[in-house]
Amino acid sequence: MERYLSKHFATPDMRRLSVASKHGAYEMLERALKMEPGEVVELVKASGLRGHGGAGFSAGLKWSFVPKDTFPRYVTVNADESEPGTFKDRLILERDPHLLLEGALICAWAVQAETIYIYIRGEYFYPTKVMDAAIEEARQKGYIGERILGSDFSCQVYTHPGAGMYICGEETGLIESLEGKKGQPRFKPPYYPAAIGLWQAPTIVNNVETLAAVPWVMRLGPEKFASLGTPKSGGTCLASLSGSVKNPGVYEIPMGFPLDELIYELGGGPPNGGKVKAVIPGGSSSPILTAEEAKGIKLDFESVADAGSMLGSAAIIVVDESVSIPQMLYWVLRFYAHESCGQCTQCREGTGWMLRLCKRLLDGKGKMRDIDDLDEIADAPDGTTICAFGPAVSWPTKSYLKKFRHEFEALVKE
Amino acid sequence: MNPIPESLEKKAQEIILRYPPEHRSAALVPVLLEAQKIVGCLSPDVEAWAAETLGVTPVRVREVISFYGMMHQKPLGKYHIMFCHNVSCSIQGAESLQDYLETKLGIKAGDVSEDGQFSIAAVECLGACGWGPVMLVGEEQFFQLTAEKIDNIIDELRQGRMPHGDTPTPLIGNVGLPTT
Repeated sequence: MERYLSKHFATPDMRRLSVASKHGAYEMLERALKMEPGEVVELVKASGLRGHGGAGFSAGLKWSFVPKDTFPRYVTVNADESEPGTFKDRLILERDPHLLLEGALICAWAVQAETIYIYIRGEYFYPTKVMDAAIEEARQKGYIGERILGSDFSCQVYTHPGAGMYICGEETGLIESLEGKKGQPRFKPPYYPAAIGLWQAPTIVNNVETLAAVPWVMRLGPEKFASLGTPKSGGTCLASLSGSVKNPGVYEIPMGFPLDELIYELGGGPPNGGKVKAVIPGGSSSPILTAEEAKGIKLDFESVADAGSMLGSAAIIVVDESVSIPQMLYWVLRFYAHESCGQCTQCREGTGWMLRLCKRLLDGKGKMRDIDDLDEIADAPDGTTICAFGPAVSWPTKSYLKKFRHEFEALVKE
Repeated sequence: MNPIPESLEKKAQEIILRYPPEHRSAALVPVLLEAQKIVGCLSPDVEAWAAETLGVTPVRVREVISFYGMMHQKPLGKYHIMFCHNVSCSIQGAESLQDYLETKLGIKAGDVSEDGQFSIAAVECLGACGWGPVMLVGEEQFFQLTAEKIDNIIDELRQGRMPHGDTPTPLIGNVGLPTT
């Protein structure tokens, strides 16, 4: 299987510019700077590159939303990687930081931004150190700073730490956090970052993996890049595989790759001869699929949606028969109850309420009524909150209850 | 008011330069994290200093501190352990290992040991689910934890030595394979 984003993960010292340069780092930036910014946007649009942070929105289309004549503009790299089950961006940050920097700089040129902030979650101490060192090396060699590579384009790059809140991975929460505030998401509309973002200026927020794919879009050309994936999702994807599998890890696969092949052939299936009971295909925010539902699906945004879930950040968590689904729901709800930013009542109060009901069931003190209440309360934040955190807790909860209701009922002792 | 260390003042001025002068308040989170590292916690003195330095109201500083999980108003242990208890780590046995760690140190998550050496926080996903169970000690990351590995780490720490964490993050999955 041909690999692109991860091609140099195993190359020794790839984080050093001297090594990265030997493998063509910044050649695509040089090429981009000789093109018109608008041409670069069109090229990315044509490649079918979609956001790998969770929403799967077309990268080129996002870039094209920046309003004409409004300056300054910003690019922010979303390196807040916090969706439970997701652990791919850390490898790009640590193993090939110049690939990310090159992609972010190409984006900045395409949207004519002069500052890039890389928002890295606070717990990523080591990835931040590597990134800071890479920025410094790139600055010294003239890839960052004034008049980059002799062009008229100037751009500064800085890392900015998060401080341990999941919601700061939501793009408007990220911007609030970057402004030195609580990371509470903004209303959309009007606050679509490409139009009104950081300090009210047009701001492109892209995930690490998305931007790291940009040099590959240019190197391969948009047609070749698009052809790696499906007609609606170009390129490859770094899937994070964890849970009940023999070989957990990050797998670079073409968009549209069969889930079964990932779990059983690459991942080795469940350890100790276990049997798969369920699969979470796109991080903890995605509805759970039964083993039956997961059978035969392909890993692209449309196919996973057709199966009743979402690809999200391609964080695949395999659940074998040894794991209790109510116990899993408890872990998931504990997470959401802790991470709710507190703005919207149905999310702030609902997550805690759901957690308490789930705990009561697990403790053997629940009633049948609690299962129905849990299901009903889960409706409240769906589509009624400022950001997508609401549905992200609602959908999984309802899917666990619907598909594995018998496991919840078995906990009721009356 | 206790004096703010000069090294912190200097660091804060460096951080502020990353943002446009009219938006220096953007430096609040990085400056507070730096302050916590140097001073030990985000005391009322630090709050007042940060508000003054960044030109924001004291209540804004207080609300930011109370919002972010990595910010603390009281001192943590010399070795602060963030232990992941999210889904993937829990499937891999994180909860019983957390019990093991708590028993070993004689403290619960949320506590600081009496001698001030250790504190534990049970935290949400640390972004290392394929290497679970995982924890951070200070800024060092430790993966694929077992009771034995925890024993070794704690033994080292008790002798005042910080063991080297699992960095760089080991390659697992097909991304570790060499390419042509």
